[in-house]
Amino acid sequence: MAGIVGYGAFIPRHRIRSEEIARQWGKDAAAIKRGLVLEEKSVPGIDEDTITISVEAARDAVERAGIDPIKIGAVYIGSESHPYAVKPSGTVVVDALGIGPEVHVADFEFACKAGTEAMFVALGLVESGRVEYALAIGADTSQGAPNDALEFSASAGGAAYIFGKRDLLVDVLETYSYTSDTPDFWRREGRFYPRHGGRFTGEPAYFRHVTSATRGILKKTGMNPEDFKYAVFHMPNGKFPQQAAKRLGFTKEQMETGLVVVKMGNTYSGSSPTGLAAILDVADPGDKILLTSFGSGAGSDSFVLQATELLPQRRTTGRKVWSMLDTPLRYVTYGEYAKLREKIILND
Amino acid sequence: MPSPGYWRGIPSRLRLEAVRCSSCENVVYPSRRICPHCHGTKWEPAELSRTGEVVTSTVVHVAPDDFAMEAPYVLALIETPEGARLMLQVTDCELNEIGPGTAVNLEFRRIRAEGNSGILCYGFKAVPAG
Ligand SMILES: [Zn+2]
Repeated sequence: MAGIVGYGAFIPRHRIRSEEIARQWGKDAAAIKRGLVLEEKSVPGIDEDTITISVEAARDAVERAGIDPIKIGAVYIGSESHPYAVKPSGTVVVDALGIGPEVHVADFEFACKAGTEAMFVALGLVESGRVEYALAIGADTSQGAPNDALEFSASAGGAAYIFGKRDLLVDVLETYSYTSDTPDFWRREGRFYPRHGGRFTGEPAYFRHVTSATRGILKKTGMNPEDFKYAVFHMPNGKFPQQAAKRLGFTKEQMETGLVVVKMGNTYSGSSPTGLAAILDVADPGDKILLTSFGSGAGSDSFVLQATELLPQRRTTGRKVWSMLDTPLRYVTYGEYAKLREKIILND
Repeated sequence: MPSPGYWRGIPSRLRLEAVRCSSCENVVYPSRRICPHCHGTKWEPAELSRTGEVVTSTVVHVAPDDFAMEAPYVLALIETPEGARLMLQVTDCELNEIGPGTAVNLEFRRIRAEGNSGILCYGFKAVPAG
């Protein structure tokens, strides 16, 4: 059986509070916080991007796996904020980590589910025996247009997973994918900010795909919500995943460890993978975990995972998700945020 | 820094590859032909820890064009546990919290962009530990 042999996550240290964004645009902070269930979000430093976040997350994953990185035969990075339009982020990441040059590299894009998409393909290549180890990363420095609801959530961070067949930290018991043409959120080539369909992003998009994929994998495995110790759904805000959980029969207790969005924001491709990393930071051997991502456009990937005996001893190294979230460096003003996110037009 | 120069520096910039002198055992970064300690010429590869300590530092207020948005920032001479010394920018810090003896971790960051349409240059910066 193939599964996860190493994992890591990285979240930039700057934060902006929902109140500060609301103050800038004259919005009601209390109503926003209640409606979106978001307290604050991570903000990348001026020297951080999808490549730097990927390298830091993957470095912890390699260390926890205890493998020679040269044995990694495939590297896939899912993001909607690859720093180059042409030149894969993975090319920098492999050289930084000492992987390759005998390695297959590709960048993936599927709105917020590009990370689990990379995981899905990495797992398949390892299962087939085509490569010994495969690295999958979901990372983003998400953009939300100024004075758009997305601005309260779009944040930065990511997680990395190495798949292999020996010394597993997590077994992958089953996978399931569900995809359709649903234009709920998109960005046309050459445009700076994404557009979205407002309320249309809810029922026909997020809820339909998340619940269909989750019900699909439960049916495929013959499992029920109560068989899981933990569940994580894609987190565009704090409200949607909790509503989806309730509809599907998952409890608050199953959700709270992976519900990183309240403090982190929506790291797009890094969202549900980082929620999973927070769960792996504390899961006991034998615990079953459900992961369902969502990417606009639209699709969901579901995974049924189970922690092994090896997980507790291997996670003693590396950074923990909640400790990164609980120790922000600095809260920035909207002005500093606009500078860090390069929203200010400068002279050449 | 034109692109080929950045490309040639990838092993030292992106992986912190250093060398250990076969005769005096000192670790030198980046690699060179003649040991600055004993003038030896035989080397073996050495890997640097992603930790270090500030030896000395300064604050850059008037920065080169590509770093203008980051000014003021700290530039520091960092010594790793292997004894190698690197001149690195210190990021994610307050200017007054960095001085001799400050423990740092080394993190992968974007160092600079070659203008709006050129390549992006990556490498390591120091951040205060803990
Ligand atoms: Zn020497």
